[in-house]
Amino acid sequence: MYDFDYQRPTSKEAAIEAHKASDDGMFLAGGQTMIPVLKQRLAMPSLVVDLGAIGDLAGIERSGDTIQIGAMTTHAAVAASDVVKDAIPALAVLAGVIGDPHVRNRGTIGGSVVNNDPAADYPAGLLGLGATVVTDRRQIAADDFFLGMFETALEEGELVTRIDFPVPEKAGYLKFENPASGYAIVGVMASTGPAGTRVAVTGAGPGVFRVEAMEQVLSQSFTADALDGITVPADGLNNDIHAAADYRAHLIGVIARRAVEAATGA
Amino acid sequence: MNNFGIGQAVRRAEDVRFLTGAGTFTDDMNIDGQAHVYFLRSATAHGIINSIDTADAQQVPGVIAIFTGEDTEADKLPPLQSFTRVKNLSGEDNYVPRRPALNRVRVRFVGDLVAMVIAETAIAARDAAELIYVHMEDLPSVVNTARALDDDAPVLWEDNASNLCVHWENRDKTAVEEIFAGAPYVAEVTFVNNRLIANPMEPRAALADYDPEMDVTTLHCPIQGVVRMASTLATRILDIPMEKMHVVAKDVGGGFGVRSKCYPENLLMVWAAKKLQRPLKWLGDRNDTMVSDNHGRDQVTVARLALDTDGKILAMWDDSIANMGAYTFEMGPTIPTLIGQRSMGTAYAVPALYHSIRCVFTNTTPVDSYRGAGRPESVYVMERLMEEAARITGLDPVEIRRRNFIPLDAFPYTNTQNIPIDSGEFETILDKALEKADWAGFGDRRRDSENRGKLRGIGIGFSLETSGGFEKEHSRVRIDADGTATVYVGTFSHGQSHETVFPQIAHELLGIDYKNIRFIDAADNFVVPAGAGTSASRSSMMGGGAIHGACMLAIDKGKAIAAHLLQADAAEVAFADGVFSAGGGSVTFAEVAEAAHDADRLPDGMQPGFDEKHMYERSSDNFNYPNGCHIAEVEVDPETGVVTVERYTGVDDNGVILNPMVVHGQLHGGIAMGLGQALFEQTDYEEGSGQLISASFMNYNVPRAWQLPTMEVGSHSVPCKTNPLGVKGCGESGTCAAPPAAVNAVLNALKPLGVTHIDMPMTQDRVWRTIQEAKASQS
Repeated sequence: MYDFDYQRPTSKEAAIEAHKASDDGMFLAGGQTMIPVLKQRLAMPSLVVDLGAIGDLAGIERSGDTIQIGAMTTHAAVAASDVVKDAIPALAVLAGVIGDPHVRNRGTIGGSVVNNDPAADYPAGLLGLGATVVTDRRQIAADDFFLGMFETALEEGELVTRIDFPVPEKAGYLKFENPASGYAIVGVMASTGPAGTRVAVTGAGPGVFRVEAMEQVLSQSFTADALDGITVPADGLNNDIHAAADYRAHLIGVIARRAVEAATGA
Repeated sequence: MNNFGIGQAVRRAEDVRFLTGAGTFTDDMNIDGQAHVYFLRSATAHGIINSIDTADAQQVPGVIAIFTGEDTEADKLPPLQSFTRVKNLSGEDNYVPRRPALNRVRVRFVGDLVAMVIAETAIAARDAAELIYVHMEDLPSVVNTARALDDDAPVLWEDNASNLCVHWENRDKTAVEEIFAGAPYVAEVTFVNNRLIANPMEPRAALADYDPEMDVTTLHCPIQGVVRMASTLATRILDIPMEKMHVVAKDVGGGFGVRSKCYPENLLMVWAAKKLQRPLKWLGDRNDTMVSDNHGRDQVTVARLALDTDGKILAMWDDSIANMGAYTFEMGPTIPTLIGQRSMGTAYAVPALYHSIRCVFTNTTPVDSYRGAGRPESVYVMERLMEEAARITGLDPVEIRRRNFIPLDAFPYTNTQNIPIDSGEFETILDKALEKADWAGFGDRRRDSENRGKLRGIGIGFSLETSGGFEKEHSRVRIDADGTATVYVGTFSHGQSHETVFPQIAHELLGIDYKNIRFIDAADNFVVPAGAGTSASRSSMMGGGAIHGACMLAIDKGKAIAAHLLQADAAEVAFADGVFSAGGGSVTFAEVAEAAHDADRLPDGMQPGFDEKHMYERSSDNFNYPNGCHIAEVEVDPETGVVTVERYTGVDDNGVILNPMVVHGQLHGGIAMGLGQALFEQTDYEEGSGQLISASFMNYNVPRAWQLPTMEVGSHSVPCKTNPLGVKGCGESGTCAAPPAAVNAVLNALKPLGVTHIDMPMTQDRVWRTIQEAKASQS
């Protein structure tokens, strides 16, 4: 770890101000990626603004047909939330398979979304459910939020405060894990509802993406069998010691099918 | 009933401090005024060092010194070399690389040391290391074992003609070739025994302190034997008297063979602490562990078995290439050859054997001892061959093993390598394992799996290995006037429960209350000056044998004193349950102990005191032979290639069991490591760059608890006939038996698809790909 200044403000406004005043500040949410990154000296912020003392950034509420999750809500809280389990059980499943109990008790939805790790679970959750990212200055649709690997549409100093999920009719999430890291080799969120029919894939490519060919057939019939014969090309998919690109392409088909089965209770 | 004697599941005394965070590991030790060390490693797999620029680094506040190979050369710090030599058939020794502690001229693997930075804080040392510029001319590298001897492979050691370290062979090749030529069946397998990284929980660390008044250097570090470390540093490398080298290791967080070595960092810490006259502290991180702890296994093998029409073995053939890494470390080429070959043929009657190992250098981390060290490799060869032999002969895998076991009436059985195996009831063990695993019910379980769209397989790994290790071990049993005893032994515990088990032996033999026996582990060579530490599952036989010898001396002395007290002849005195008796009288051990320290109550000529020492020595071919039958049952998801071990059963012969709970713990740990090798642990070097791309837990899958099955471990003890306690080792049984059991189970599951081979680790991608290839070749 390199030396940095550290602040722990108690309001959103103070956090944003502190960040703005710094040369090269970083917000710290649950720290489950950022602390290891700092420890390995892969980042060199001048200031770390710890969001942990800002009370109103965490919490889960239902507002009509939308589930609102505060950015500082931990994965464990989402996984255990009756509100989430009742409205979007697939989202509770997703939160419950992130990392291990330590990670789930510290890591937050906001931190995960902002980091946009290409193998993280939440990006598939947001894109696959058609969620909206709420920041201190605007609302960004998930379709516009996730850019390339570790890149998002956020501007400098922009603070994510909340994620809004429309309640789907059906949704299923399944992760095929890298057994060493627990990250997704392929994770699929499949849903149908007010945000349309969506199939979002994490882990397989350089960033989360939707599979149009699958969405088309599923919008006709949201059943696992509808996916028969649909394949995803291996071009552009990740290729590493855990899974070659052709294997990942194959797995997208298998895991999408199982995600739809989970969504439909088949 | 005796609750603390041999065979009792006495709870581990050491667990209290381990489980409450009260252990004393190297990083828990600090000395006032200590400076901190950072070791800079090569990021290049193979290169010539043109220059190392430390000017900017020297400017970092707090930097005390930066040493490079120029400094160690100027001080004539000797290089590290392997202990042992292996000869080829012409009698020539293996090529012996000289490994400088700090490299001035050339680096040969990613992780090779290039500089040592010493600063007031660990952070300052690391900051400075980032400002050291190593100007390197890159050389092409070779990392693949099978390609090390290719004509175009870059050669690591310029004064060696090729990357061949030694070509070891053990028999007349022609005679065995003739048997193969006339054999009705020849089974052949070609496979990789994958490279492994042991990953003790505790990374390497060191604390070194020089005392100028006494001219003694003290080194604290995690190791497997203080005397071995002290003698390596003092005698083999620095050429100083042993009494000048003080090595201390209190608690050590895992050994596995990789902590038995004197690493260049240890030597540098000792050298620099004296040079700077400053206590020095170093704590490595996980990356240091991954790239610089010695690795294990890494062989490619072609093996054959010649069989007659009844499926009985006529001869065996093993032609392997074993990767040494960039240097031969302490044991180096001895492991695949002289050590691994002893138990080749394992539990089977193999009348003839040709065995050839080419040890080769590559631009990789040195390969050396790893839990089993050569014997798991031999077991794997044998069990893969048995499975293939069953396939080509059409015999059942159980039946073909039955036909080839060393029969009961053949013991002591001398194998083709002249190793006399004293005992073993292999068929009984097989039958017990089959029953415990419900082998007969497998068909039903397979149907159940098939109904769920899964493939199911069952496989056997039958192991036999040679335990014993270094041939001498020392113990001391001191009995005080109050009747309490202190047991010292020269083996070393890095987690194996010595504090609990060794006093059980003394309690059993002397009858002294268990709570009145103190145990002094060989954690400090100034306290326990003799002892070979831990290797090759040796502690039970060698440490136990030494304690037994010292206890027998104590009983003899006790008898002489008792005879005097009872006014009887020493020859008439009987000893049982802690009581000496003769005629009608008797005295307790406590009474004898009190008298032993009172000059007025001793026979003429006997000195007061009660302190017995014994050096137990085994002959060079007297090992013990732990053996066992492990059965793995797996389910394979044909859509994804995921393998899950659904059931795992073992029945082992570990001789007389000193503490069954501890033996089961050793078996569980060994099985976990064995299943890790079989299913998960993938050590990958990138061709071209020579980078170790699996150098973190994000990529290197040490098995997690949830990835492992419940292990049903049973026991069938056949006492060893050639050591006083009748013990056999248990530390490496699991790493021997689990890999072939798991691989044979997966092959069994994939048999309907026509699959006859798969390599370890059986990762998801590999299993899926194997299934795809089988489907493609069937259609």
